Amino acid sequence: MNKREWRELHYDPAPLRESDFTTISGEELEPLYTPEDVEGLEYERDLNYPGCYPYTRGIHPTMYRGRLWTMRQFSGFGTAEDTNQRYKFLLERGQTGLSVAFDMPTIMGRDSDDPLAEGEVGRCGVAIDSLQDMEILFRGIPLKDITTSMTINGPAAVLLAFYLCVGEKQGASFRELGGTIQNDILKEYIAQKSWIFPPRPSMRIITDILAFCSAEVPRWNTISISGYHIREAGSTAVQELAFTLADGFAYVEAGIAAGLDVDSFAPRLSFFFNSHLDFFEEIAKFRAARRIWARHMKEKYGAKDPRSWMLRFHTQTAGCSLTAQQPENNIVRTAFEALAAVLGGTQSLHTNSLDETWALPTEKAVQIALRTQQIIAYETGVANVVDPLGGSYFLEALTERMEREAEEYFRRIEEQGGVLACIENGFFQREIADAAYRYQMEVERGKKIVVGVNRFRDPEEALDIEILKIDPQVEKKQKERLTRLRAERSASEVERALEALKEGARGDANLMPLIIDCARAYCTEGEIISALKEVFGEYREKPIF
Amino acid sequence: MKKPRILIAKPGLDGHDRGAKVVARGLADAGFEVIYTGLHQTPEQIAEAAVQEDVDAVGLSILSGAHMTLFPRVMELLREKGAENIMVFGGGIIPTDDAVELKHLGVAEIFGPGTPIAEIVSFLEGRFKG
Repeated sequence: MNKREWRELHYDPAPLRESDFTTISGEELEPLYTPEDVEGLEYERDLNYPGCYPYTRGIHPTMYRGRLWTMRQFSGFGTAEDTNQRYKFLLERGQTGLSVAFDMPTIMGRDSDDPLAEGEVGRCGVAIDSLQDMEILFRGIPLKDITTSMTINGPAAVLLAFYLCVGEKQGASFRELGGTIQNDILKEYIAQKSWIFPPRPSMRIITDILAFCSAEVPRWNTISISGYHIREAGSTAVQELAFTLADGFAYVEAGIAAGLDVDSFAPRLSFFFNSHLDFFEEIAKFRAARRIWARHMKEKYGAKDPRSWMLRFHTQTAGCSLTAQQPENNIVRTAFEALAAVLGGTQSLHTNSLDETWALPTEKAVQIALRTQQIIAYETGVANVVDPLGGSYFLEALTERMEREAEEYFRRIEEQGGVLACIENGFFQREIADAAYRYQMEVERGKKIVVGVNRFRDPEEALDIEILKIDPQVEKKQKERLTRLRAERSASEVERALEALKEGARGDANLMPLIIDCARAYCTEGEIISALKEVFGEYREKPIF
Repeated sequence: MKKPRILIAKPGLDGHDRGAKVVARGLADAGFEVIYTGLHQTPEQIAEAAVQEDVDAVGLSILSGAHMTLFPRVMELLREKGAENIMVFGGGIIPTDDAVELKHLGVAEIFGPGTPIAEIVSFLEGRFKG
């Protein structure tokens, strides 16, 4: 019997329940996958052993037998003191890496006393204005013993400079410091929308960071090429995969165009994906991502160092999958998403907290989120075997299909003149907005079920979870600290450093050493960014919906 | 009868625009005249646009936690311009206690995550089409 015969004889006559049996992204699925669906697959060419090109099954030969993924909870709120306390809470409970969430003014390169910062200081992340705040943020945490990820893009160079200076003050050399800056400006224009400068000067700052770090901070991940926000903005899984990797290739091309050897910076590029609810689609996405990256890096960009071929990634569970209704159910959603990330071979993981559709998480909520990872790691047994789902007819067929569909997007992007052209003509933004709207309509029509929202609602529901409150004094305290700093530091040093930075920006000097000088002189983030804005200007987006 | 005009606005520094855009499109599909401000608007820009465009309502979307500053500020500026007749509603990541307080301050409704667009449409139709 073959699959078609089975279908006609056994499957088609049987009644089915009402569903379109598509993935959450709307991909059609067959009822069953068999050896016929993976006929074209060649083991060594397409999958191979873990740690071997094209790394479909994982980048390390031992995977989680060698070392578990890093449990890294994205965290930050209020002042540097408040967040420093939260970090210590998480480290005491077994977290193995740090991840800084900055507030909106910091993300947008503005000081806490900027008029546009009003009401935003310390609200959705920690407020950092200068090296002084960064010193407080990491007080009592030896930076040479831990790695830190910082979700920062437009002003990434500035926050990296602050971090390096804190390390230096703690007695660690730049070479000993390890961590990640997100520094993925392309996805800001595409999805997350916290940009500062126009795309072209932004790309220059990024290539400066690549060059500086490959020489001076070799353990630093210089760009975390992010699909997370693309997905949160409403993309499908394939769009997340394709747009993120297209961004990755654009950075590689920018680095090469700036005269860098691809193997000097590509090993320090890392990725950041979303893990959404559709279990197999997500696992297939992670595996396809590794294979696509490896193939392009080796075959198209001529990278020779295997580390340039390996796609390393961080995962965060999908914030957009969480519901405000019956929030405890979010623990379950997050657990499945986290499991998909682990089965997909992630290098590090953030699990969202149950209360995040309401506010930043409480200690209790974040502890449950961290415990979810620990239960997966230590109780479920899934970390015992490398790529345990490899060879599943369904998973392999889906991995292959996602790769093909991503390649189709690469072709369309190329046709329109590449990633920057597609940002400027609104292609990505339109694709994502269309997908977001389509999904919303599917939920409203009941075609996609969200438990507690459009099915299994609790009409009597009254919210009874604790909600984190940000101290209303944070903004005032932060502004006072900034006023004191401006009075105490050397005004002439500040002016000199900022002038040198502007001079460098007008020419083609590497900006990193100049920004580090500004940081040492206690220039504020807003001052450094303003100096650069004078030279580079600011980006504005045409609003479309 | 003229179509009700709705301004959908993103105040402050927050870039999360999925909700604002989905709502803008949903309202347009339901027959409203919709204007979307785009990102990073100051309360002054929003109040100004609301008056200039002669809208019936302003919908603010805030996910950055700055809602207790930005909603009252937009309402105050509308009052200053003699445009207190323009209804203000909104949505985003807004804890229940804050939503209650905002409604005391005159915000017509807060639509949290999971709200069907149909619900927002029927709310606005009740106000403007009935």
